[in-house]
Parts: sequence; structure tokens; C-alpha cells
Amino acid sequence: MSDVTTDVVNVPARAGASAGLAGVARHAAPWLALAVAFAVLPMIFTSGSALTMLSLMGIMIVFALSYNMLLGETGLLSFGHAVYYGLGGFVAVHAMNTVIHDRLPVPLFLIPLVGAFSGLLFGIIFGSVSTRRAGTAFAMISLGLGELVASSSLILRSFFGGEEGVSTNRTKLLHVFGLNFGPQIEIYYLIAFWCLLCMVAMFALRRTPFGSMCNAVRENAERAQFVGYNPQAVRFIAFALAGLFAGVAGALAAINFELVNSAAVGAGQSGLVLLAAYIGGTGNFIGPVIGAVLVTWLEVMLSDITDVWQLYFGLLFIGVVMFAPNGIAGLLMMHEPLWRARAYGPLPRLLLTYVIALVPALATLAGLIAVIEMTYHRSVKASEGTTISLFHVTLDTASFVPWIAAIVLLAGGFLLFRRTWPVVGAAWHDAIVYAQTAGKAK
Amino acid sequence: MTAPVIELVDVRKNFGATKIIRGVSLAVPAGERHAIIGPNGAGKSTLFNLISGRFTPTSGKVRLCGEDVTGMPPYLINRRGLSRSFQVTNIFPRLSVWENVRCAVLWSLGYKYSFWRGVEDLADVRDRTEAILEEIELCDRRLLQAGVLTYAEQRALEIGITIAGDARIILLDEPSAGMSAAEAARAVALIRKVSQGRTLIMIEHDMDVVFDLADRISVLVYGQIIASDFPARIKQDRAVQAAYLGTAA
Repeated sequence: MSDVTTDVVNVPARAGASAGLAGVARHAAPWLALAVAFAVLPMIFTSGSALTMLSLMGIMIVFALSYNMLLGETGLLSFGHAVYYGLGGFVAVHAMNTVIHDRLPVPLFLIPLVGAFSGLLFGIIFGSVSTRRAGTAFAMISLGLGELVASSSLILRSFFGGEEGVSTNRTKLLHVFGLNFGPQIEIYYLIAFWCLLCMVAMFALRRTPFGSMCNAVRENAERAQFVGYNPQAVRFIAFALAGLFAGVAGALAAINFELVNSAAVGAGQSGLVLLAAYIGGTGNFIGPVIGAVLVTWLEVMLSDITDVWQLYFGLLFIGVVMFAPNGIAGLLMMHEPLWRARAYGPLPRLLLTYVIALVPALATLAGLIAVIEMTYHRSVKASEGTTISLFHVTLDTASFVPWIAAIVLLAGGFLLFRRTWPVVGAAWHDAIVYAQTAGKAK
Repeated sequence: MTAPVIELVDVRKNFGATKIIRGVSLAVPAGERHAIIGPNGAGKSTLFNLISGRFTPTSGKVRLCGEDVTGMPPYLINRRGLSRSFQVTNIFPRLSVWENVRCAVLWSLGYKYSFWRGVEDLADVRDRTEAILEEIELCDRRLLQAGVLTYAEQRALEIGITIAGDARIILLDEPSAGMSAAEAARAVALIRKVSQGRTLIMIEHDMDVVFDLADRISVLVYGQIIASDFPARIKQDRAVQAAYLGTAA
């Protein structure tokens, strides 16, 4: 079983998990640490662009975790999760404009509740149709509903605002505690607060009877029926709650951008959250968080560096599907047995083999990037001359030399990389055996 | 006289043109251990699927304590106090052994779709899960993924999931299939223990197990019950001998 390493098995807390302040402190400690991290991050990354990126990451974390309630927890592959994100955003932006227009006494930081409510509502409406079935049928219905809403967004102009979308002004709502939410730093903290709240809620949800049955339905929906549970009801509740949290993410995005347009409900956004959750890893809670952070970072950074950033994005996804189907978190959690058994002895050798494997892997990557960029330059930007600058090196795409160099890097690097796999595998195997014997000795 | 716990009235099941169950009537009173035997392909598992709601009968009635449950989905029948195991092990493979049993405990203790309580904070759930693990002797396997257990351990877990909900009526589909003699003996002891004070219907091929456990035996041949009686009389029955015991011996 290759799966043994990927699933975090909940250790049953036998001696009264709820017992006393110590238990509460133990549960709360990681969250307090995360809260502190959220609080100090903008003091470390002080630039305006960093603050914007951190805000986007917070939104994406909520969105990706809500998606994983379906894919990872309940085994539902949705191609239309942006519907609840986008509709949450649209309703939130209309709510903000209504609040501004009618001078209602509602502060900005409560607007995500509007997103939550509308995400839940649309989750209930569309979920009642789509969650009757699981598997391929569910995936196809989610795709259809996604397309339905995306195409309505261009037709129902009064609600979706047509091409340009609906804009608002987040500073015009009721000011409390002297916050006008003009500066990005205030928005960051608003997002961080809601992100943390949603993370705690979604984490807690996994550990309820309902969350437990989501996993059971994912694993074996039929058996769940014979212990008293209606899998359709479990899926429906999971879907509605995932809609709720997606709605919060959409409302946060609406607040952040002061604009929502039809792209928010579209297939692109649905695909993005799928990629984030999958690349990060759907098998445990931290996976979608890692994925959301990485995907947001790549989206912002790569699109600055290269025009074909989406191609790299796709290649990364293919790479994860092929080589790390449990995502980045899955790769990290593979090391859990070592960590749990306190078996650090084989660690130096293991890390050394990782470094050995990394060198040809980076060479492969460099070769691949060179081939892609030179090809793109020749085919699309030929009018700008034949030279491009890559990794601070000027390459002449009209000459054979850089092409040959790139292909040698790509092919040779990959062949070498493959040669390192057995070495890594052997070191890994020895480490696990060591950890198991160490575990048994204790 | 109270209504039988399980009552089948002229139940039939066709798959296309093929008649699998051809008019079965059966009444099992409360507290009885009832074995269903018969050759391969007689329709024993199909009969279980009809009783437990996995299939809907083509015609006929299934009653549970007098209530008509024909065509009800499995989870509604389960909530009325009937629980079943499967011939082909049917567990939650990537959940831990502990979680497997816990899932089977939740509904019966009334937690339903509760999403506001921590599942590990529920003392009654923990205690019941623990008790079941002890009963099926898998306590030291609790943290393992169910999919990596040995075959016999998975069979034990299958029974554990079946009895975890404290159902009044238990259907076991070949609980000792594929087990060694020692494992089968342990399974029989377990079945004897867990069927105390409950109604048990069991499909079984091992005649030692059947005659050891059953209060009454029904013989199913080609979708019909040809005899339903006490073990001693079933042994004597000529039709049964011709159809089944004779050829098997």
C-alpha cells in the first residue's frame, strides 16, 4: 500500500480530549502561532506589492480549503467551484453598494458574512441538483452549472455588470474604530482575520461526526449507507458548506479589488482552485494552504517575468500529477514516520541524496525554460530581434549554440536525474526501515 | 404472538429475464439464530441484498417488525435496527481501523450529521468504539489503515462495523469464508457472543459452523426455500440431502 504514508490518521485522544485548560491550550497553540505569523508577516514583507500578494494568498487559502472540503474530504471533483466564490463576490459587492447608498450602519469587516450567506444559499440551490450523484456525473454537472452561471454573467447585466463588472468603494462604509479600510494594510488584516477564522472553522469541521462521515462517503459510499448514513445528504451538506466558505473568499476578493467581474465565476477561476488544491495536496489539511500560497506566488511572480507563465503553470501541474500525486504536502508527509519515530539518524544521507537529485533536476528545468523561452521568442516576438536575456545570459536564438546547449541541458539533465532515482529510493527505504525498527524498539 | 422480526412474503427478484429469487417466504422470530444455506448461485446473497435494501424486490413484501420496508434505501432500513456484513469485505480502506468502527457507531448514538461537535470529544462514541475494538480483538491495530490489515483482520473489522451500531437484527454474509480452522473458530465464538439477545441471520458454507450456531436453518436452492426447519430435521430432510448436503458431503 503506497497510501500508508499519505493519510494522517487521527490519533484517538483517549483520556478525555476536552479535559481542562491544558487540552484547550494544546488545541489552540498552533492557531495562536498562526495568528502571530499573520500579524507579523506585513512587518517582514513591507513592500506594497508584498502586501498585495499576502492579501491574495489569504483569499486563495480560504478558497482552496473550501474546495478541498469537496475534493479531498468528500471525494467530489468539482469543475465549477468558482460559481460560489464569484456569486459570493457579486452579492457582497452589491451589498456594499447598498450599504453605501442607503447609509446603513454596517462596517466593512462584516461584509464577508454576506459572501458566506450567499455562497451557502447558492450551494444549497445548486447542491440539491448536483450532489445526488458522485463521481463522473457530479463532475459533469458541476461543469455544466459553472458554464451556466458563467454565460449568464454576460447576459444578466444588471446583476453581473457585463464586461466591466460591478465596482464599489470600500472606504465609504460605516467607519468603526477609526478604520476606513483605504490602506492595503488594513485590508490585509481584515483578510487575515477572516482567513484565520475560516481555517479554524474548516479544520474543526473535519473533526466532527459529519466530517468523519465525509471521509467515509469518499472511501465507500455504499458501506456508509449500511451504517445509517445517506451519502447524498452527506455530500449535500459538504457542498453547501464548501459554498459558504467559497463565498467568504469571494467577498474578501470583492473587498480587496473593489471590483467583481464575470471572470470570478468562470472556468478559469474554477480551474485555478483545483490546481491550487491538487498541487498542494488534497490528502491533508495543510496541502491546499501550501498550494494556495504557491499558486498565488507563481501567478504574481511568473506573470511579471514571462508571458507564457500559464504554460509553466500547466507543466507544474502535470509534473505533480505524474511524480507527486499526493501533492507537495504528500511529499512532506512522507517524512512523517521519520519525524514521529524521532529517527533522525538516516536524515543526513537522505538529504544528501535529495541534493544530488536536485542538481540534474534544476539543469533539466533550466534547459526546458531555455527551449520554451527561445521558441516563444522566435515564434511570437521575432520582430524584436533575435536575442533574449535569460538568467542574466544573453542568448541569440538565431544561432545553433544556445539551442544545442539547452537541449543538452534538458535531455542530459533528465537522464542524469533518472539515474538518481534509485539512489534516493534506496536511501528512503533504509530510512523508513530504520524508523520502523526505532519505533518498535520504543 | 408478536410479529416476526423479519418477514418475507413471496419475494421475487429478476435481473432482466433471469429469475434469481423465485418466491421466497420466510419468517424469523425475535432472538433466533437463523442460517441460510444452499449451493453457489442459489441466490443467498441476493436475498440479503433484498432484505437490507441494497436491491428492490421485483415483487413481494419485506417486513421488519411488522413494518413494510420494501424498496426502502439501506440507510433507512439500517436506522430501523438492521445491520449487515458483506461477503466481499466492504470497509473504508483508507480510514484507520478506529475510524472505521467509529463511523459505524455515530448514527446509532444519535449524532447524525452533527457538524458542531468534535467527534473525539464524544465520550460515548469513544467508549463504544473501544468496546467494539476489544470485542473484535483489533485494539492494537487501531491506528493502521484498514486497507493494510490481513484478510482475517479485515473480516473481523467487517463484523465489527456490522455490530457497532447495536442493531437488533444482524445479517452476516459468510462470516467465516476464506478463514483457517482456527480463525473460523474465533469467528464463531465472536458471532455467538455478539448475537446474544439479537436476531441473527447468517449465510454460511461451513456446515460445522451452521450446525454449531443455528437455531433454525433454511435451505435455498435456485431461488426458492426448499426447507426451513431445526438443524436436526434439516439433516434428515431427503430433499435437502438430494439438493445440497448429499452432493456437498
